[in-house]
Amino acid sequence: MALIDFWKRIEPSKENQFLHATYDAFFTFMFKPNLTTKGKGVHIRDAMDLKRTMFHVVIALQLCLLVGTFNIGHQHFVALGIHTGFIEAFHLKLVFGLVQLLPIVIVANVVGLGIEFYFAARRGHAVEEGFLVSGMLIPLIMPPDIPLWMLALAVAFAVVIGKEAFGGTGMNVLNVALLARVFIFFAYPTEISGDGPWVAAWALAEDGATKVADYYWAHTMFNPLFDAAGWSTFVQGTPFVAGYSGATPLALGAAQGWAQVDAVTGEVTGGILSQYSALQMWMGGIPGCIGETSKPAIIFGAIFLLITRVASWRVMLSFVIGTALTGMIFNAWDATVFMNVPWYQHFGMGGLLFAMAFMATDPVTAAQTNRGKIIYGFLIGFFGMVIRVMNPAYAEGWMLAILLMNVFAPLVDHYVLEGNISKRLKRAKEYAK
Amino acid sequence: MTWGIIIAIVLVLFIFTLLTLGDGLLKVTASQAGEDTSGYSVLPTSLQELLGLGKKKGEYVPDDAPVKRLKRGFDVNLAGGPSLGQAGIRELRSATYALKPKDLIGMSPIPKVMPELGATVKAGEPLFYDKKHPEIIYAAPVSGEFIELRRGEKRSINELVILADQGEMQYHKHEDVPNLETASRADLVDFLTASGAWPFLRQRPFDIVADPSMTPKSIFVSTFDTAPWATDANFSVAGKEAAFRKGLAALAMLSGTKVHLGVNGMAQERPSDAFLKADEVEGVELHYFQGQHPAGNVGVHIHHVDPVLPNGQVVWHTDVHGVLLIGQLLLEGIFDTSKVIAVGGAELPAEEGYYARVHQGIHIAALLEGMADDMTTEKAYVRNAEGQKEEKMVEVRSIRIVSGDLLSGKQVERESFLGFYDDQLSVVKEGNYYELFGWLVPQAGHPTRSRTFPGGFFPGTHYVPDTNTNGEKRAFVMTGEYESVLPMNIYPQHVMRAILAKDFEKMEGLGLLELGEEDIALCEYVCTSKQPLQAILREGLEELRAQ
Repeated sequence: MALIDFWKRIEPSKENQFLHATYDAFFTFMFKPNLTTKGKGVHIRDAMDLKRTMFHVVIALQLCLLVGTFNIGHQHFVALGIHTGFIEAFHLKLVFGLVQLLPIVIVANVVGLGIEFYFAARRGHAVEEGFLVSGMLIPLIMPPDIPLWMLALAVAFAVVIGKEAFGGTGMNVLNVALLARVFIFFAYPTEISGDGPWVAAWALAEDGATKVADYYWAHTMFNPLFDAAGWSTFVQGTPFVAGYSGATPLALGAAQGWAQVDAVTGEVTGGILSQYSALQMWMGGIPGCIGETSKPAIIFGAIFLLITRVASWRVMLSFVIGTALTGMIFNAWDATVFMNVPWYQHFGMGGLLFAMAFMATDPVTAAQTNRGKIIYGFLIGFFGMVIRVMNPAYAEGWMLAILLMNVFAPLVDHYVLEGNISKRLKRAKEYAK
Repeated sequence: MTWGIIIAIVLVLFIFTLLTLGDGLLKVTASQAGEDTSGYSVLPTSLQELLGLGKKKGEYVPDDAPVKRLKRGFDVNLAGGPSLGQAGIRELRSATYALKPKDLIGMSPIPKVMPELGATVKAGEPLFYDKKHPEIIYAAPVSGEFIELRRGEKRSINELVILADQGEMQYHKHEDVPNLETASRADLVDFLTASGAWPFLRQRPFDIVADPSMTPKSIFVSTFDTAPWATDANFSVAGKEAAFRKGLAALAMLSGTKVHLGVNGMAQERPSDAFLKADEVEGVELHYFQGQHPAGNVGVHIHHVDPVLPNGQVVWHTDVHGVLLIGQLLLEGIFDTSKVIAVGGAELPAEEGYYARVHQGIHIAALLEGMADDMTTEKAYVRNAEGQKEEKMVEVRSIRIVSGDLLSGKQVERESFLGFYDDQLSVVKEGNYYELFGWLVPQAGHPTRSRTFPGGFFPGTHYVPDTNTNGEKRAFVMTGEYESVLPMNIYPQHVMRAILAKDFEKMEGLGLLELGEEDIALCEYVCTSKQPLQAILREGLEELRAQ
């Protein structure tokens, strides 16, 4: 194996910790190491390892990433009122999406992995794989126009305070990806909530009121190429459709009820252009965070995780049940227009399914006992719906609900374990008699 | 709103079609590639299977018998297992035999050796005893000359080697065999401890040799072993049915209450009548267990029938060989340690294992005749004194020999001896190789339970194992893995955490006392984070025992 020879020859000395940890991370990425089991304990081990587990979550996210990328471009042109068909001007939307997304992915991973490598070297152990998934999840739960410095700050906060401070992968109490998002949510709320951030690359025109498309060099660098091919190009300064607000179906539903979401009239009512249908909402042609919009892509990822048994079906199932029941209660209560939104349509809105498939199922921060997982999932569903529907300022709840339950998961486990212990002690007393 | 429902239904149908299609294609490709598709299970073939009612009990199980169906577990299917082949059960003897005091948990490092070096011993004559329990005698398994005392660190005793007689085995004849009809329990205990049969009785918790001064709340015997390449107790008991019944009667007398016999409830071949009709002996109860490994472990049987609880009471257990040994001792007055063991491994000459009738402590080289050398040389880069890298040939192990099964056995050298209680020898290729993107590609060839490999979908396939860890050690990340292969109402991961945190109350409360290494071995095998669970478990047990 010439390749192995090459790697072995360039192995740096162990005295340079950072260099060696980095080398080790890349080497074990290339090759499964030649470690063998110890003479005591098991002599053979299952072929599964943590790298593979983590990577299968990343695989499950790929479809979300792909559709999400394209949808960034699609939403931009829908706002401009041109190329409004989903696959019209495919090249423009894809290029636009990639130009928006790639810097986010790169910044999130460079910052996060850099910190991980540093801490691994300091502690003198191998770089752990946890950030492989976080580095893919974080871009998917960000708005497409997030300023990169803000993202870098959020990732650094999440990794240092949320994870390394607790001892690294497997020790963190809170979900790292959600911690990055919640940092931005509280520190820079306008960048991640309201109607503005979901459509990328715009600026206010000189009149100070109209929004117009605002490209920079990376967008327009392909223009000559498209021109030569006779395709449509990016046009700087194209004005937005009059009355277009960028409100998500969730925001519409919260403000005006389900009827407004499911009405493709093209008319401006109450200052908002109504432009969605239920089908559109489910398929993903709506503004929102990058990865959360396309439900078929998320469901595909969820099924992939369930079949490969990487994620827990208990959490997902009880999450859905908790959400549905709470939604039904709100439907029956019927005090506001948002409560009146049919419970099953909630699944198509906002980040609900994404939270179910990829956030609540994080094995480190979820409850760890099987019974605890069911309680944990159910309570996330319940609290998430309560926060989403009852919160007057900001109509979404999964991030906060999951972080809340992350904190309470050890308590849930504690009671499950106490039950096991007291059952055993009770039997012991009965026998002793 | 109707839209939503229609889309949901279409989506479900679409995904189901996709799954069925993929399922069929996978199955076709797999059978073309020569894989065994019988155990394949993404989609349940019938409603029964969906509800988990698929497995039938063996036809020999009476309708009113107590049957415990264990849903959790996993059979590690490995190529190279033992088969009877043309030769049947081989009769093997070696030039030397040895007992290894360190196989016995809790034994002091330097036990008192009884005969002088060079003395002639008969099978069943005393060889050594533990100074903490001088009444329990450990007897010579074969007759011959006591030739060597191999010592390890700090003069501790590793092996007591006997050069065996080449001719017929000389047995020490016991004249004072108690009659079970008339003798008292104390007489029986005295006889068994003095004759060398006592160490075959072990105690849960801790898996130490039973304490003769205690009375157990019951005694357990498992008549089947579900570990990979395990031996078949039916071979051992064949022709010795009377001794088995006698042994059970003695155990019933020792327990004072019940002897619980665990029988395989879904064996492919009907178990011996010695097991199925054992409940004719007074005080013996049969329990049928159905399920995958570790369904045959005595720890699992104890958990479901009469668990070890944190109240000071203990249970004893032994295996079929222990019962036979005690029975024969009481019937004929001789100490006969012969048993049928399994030798497994794809590295063996015929690329498959065999069964052999041997005596306790047989020399391992005698079992591995014709197998290739277990050491080889390999190129490596080594840093010299100046810190420069040098190419060098180093000697590395290519085949590992394990006394016991691959999940909980002990690594031994070829020039060593079979363990005190072991009825199985396994050989396995060392996995000290690199694999390009081994963690990423979905290649076949590794035994696995995970469905991220194609092999995970075909649990019936037999792969050749090796000792590669298939990844590096990590913190506990995945959850629910251990529980899914341990058919007990115990949370293994939290037991482990309690041990690491030295939380004694929690250890006991969560059921540490019910566990032995062999029970937790499968959890260690499937562990994604490659944690050394058996070592942690033993650490916890030792700490509890010290208290």
